[in-house]
Amino acid sequence: MKIMNCPLNGPRNISEFTYGGEFKVMPDPATCSDAEWADYVFNSDNEAGVVREWWMHNASSYWFLAERHTVTDQIIRTFDAKEVFNQRVEFKAHEEGVA
Amino acid sequence: MPFNLLKYGLSSEYPAEVDLPPPTELKSSYDVVIIGGGGHGLAIAYYLAKYHGITNVAVLEKSYLGGGNTARNTAVIRSNYLTSEGVRFYIESVRLFQELSNEFDFNIMYSERGQLTLAHTDATVRAFRQRAEVNKHFGGRTEMIDRQQIRELVPTLNLDPGHIPVLAGLWHIDGATARHDAVAWGYAKQAAKRGVEIHQLTEVQDLVIENGRITAVKTNRGTVKCGCAVQAIAGASSLMLKKAGIRAPIHTYPLQAMVTQPFKPFLDPLVSSSALHCYVQQTSRGEIVFGGGSDPYPLYNTRSTLDLKESLLAHAIEMFPFMANARLMRQWAGITDMTPDYSPIMGLSPVKNYYLDAGWGTWGFKSTPICGKTMAELVASGGRVPELIKPFALERFSTFQQVNEMGATAASH
Repeated sequence: MKIMNCPLNGPRNISEFTYGGEFKVMPDPATCSDAEWADYVFNSDNEAGVVREWWMHNASSYWFLAERHTVTDQIIRTFDAKEVFNQRVEFKAHEEGVA
Repeated sequence: MPFNLLKYGLSSEYPAEVDLPPPTELKSSYDVVIIGGGGHGLAIAYYLAKYHGITNVAVLEKSYLGGGNTARNTAVIRSNYLTSEGVRFYIESVRLFQELSNEFDFNIMYSERGQLTLAHTDATVRAFRQRAEVNKHFGGRTEMIDRQQIRELVPTLNLDPGHIPVLAGLWHIDGATARHDAVAWGYAKQAAKRGVEIHQLTEVQDLVIENGRITAVKTNRGTVKCGCAVQAIAGASSLMLKKAGIRAPIHTYPLQAMVTQPFKPFLDPLVSSSALHCYVQQTSRGEIVFGGGSDPYPLYNTRSTLDLKESLLAHAIEMFPFMANARLMRQWAGITDMTPDYSPIMGLSPVKNYYLDAGWGTWGFKSTPICGKTMAELVASGGRVPELIKPFALERFSTFQQVNEMGATAASH
């Protein structure tokens, strides 16, 4: 079986992981247009080559990032999301929308 | 066919027939360039020539005819989808398939055995009732059947696999299979006969787009001007869309399938179970074809994995326990361009005269004829979208009007 290196738990069988989609930057839902939001929700780069994407280790529910080659099926690097997110992301609902 | 049989059966000579004329140089310009020489591309070319008299058409194929996902599917033909939009479209496709051998004067080995889908939960039984009614409403032949009827149809099926006994079945009488290569060859031959040029080993490497219109395609054999172009390259849709500067919601996954050694005929219908993520059918050669869902993560590679085979076969053996001793002969993978709603992306694009035939996940082969017919209509009319494919426009994702076929698609091709 293919082995993936979990940044938290070390090397594990790939069946222990769930693919979580392309890594993309979320536009601010309060200020972006409908078209921008639809693009974020649905559209995909779907590159044939090296991609950066979310993965989760099922048993520990730990989310991390991976760089993977989508043609050769090689996992190049896995790393903690801290590398990208170095400050807190607020998911608070927009004030006007709160009843 | 019967007339020819009589005529040549009585004569001592049989005329040698040229299926495809020998390759020629590319012309500098065509009215229509079709990118991709699989079933879909060839069908579009054929219907353009047949119904619209448009024959200044080039089909450009980077490899050989029908060698991509036309050769890599499991050749299931059915129309028992869920939504009105989907069912209308697939029913029309099944109707065209039924006449195809006669139309081509070439045997596509269309074999109407019916398709049986198994329900293991109450929720699935309810969904099946809806699918049966929608299918009947649009003129298809689908009904719910109980365990006794399933037993009569498929005596070798284990009705109590492990923890999920079979409760009922969705019996789709129109379900069929055909020889996928023959479908591509039939379209190619008939299109070529009407003057369409088919160029193999001709890869479209770039698109020339000026003022929002496509004017030419660049190939490994030089640049070719075009009045309009259609992309029909399942499995690589996103890569060509990028060249046209179009963003789309496509994720590309492999789907692995395999066949066993041949057995005596024991399984007439195509049998599938979405709870077991598995579908099983016996070919006319006696081999058993197994297929399942797409791989768990995206990939542009047809490699094989043992873990997927193990899990798929474990389920197949639950359905047909005696097959535990069967030997596998071949395995392969197709590349599926999955969309979020499991429906295709067809019709217009942001580039005015560039038409899309994309987003073919696990539903491409069964759509070949209707896709060819409707896309030809679209091209011939210069961009008037036929009613049948209006719901599949790319823009449905920005207007939030998806056509959800997930439940009727996943692992029950």
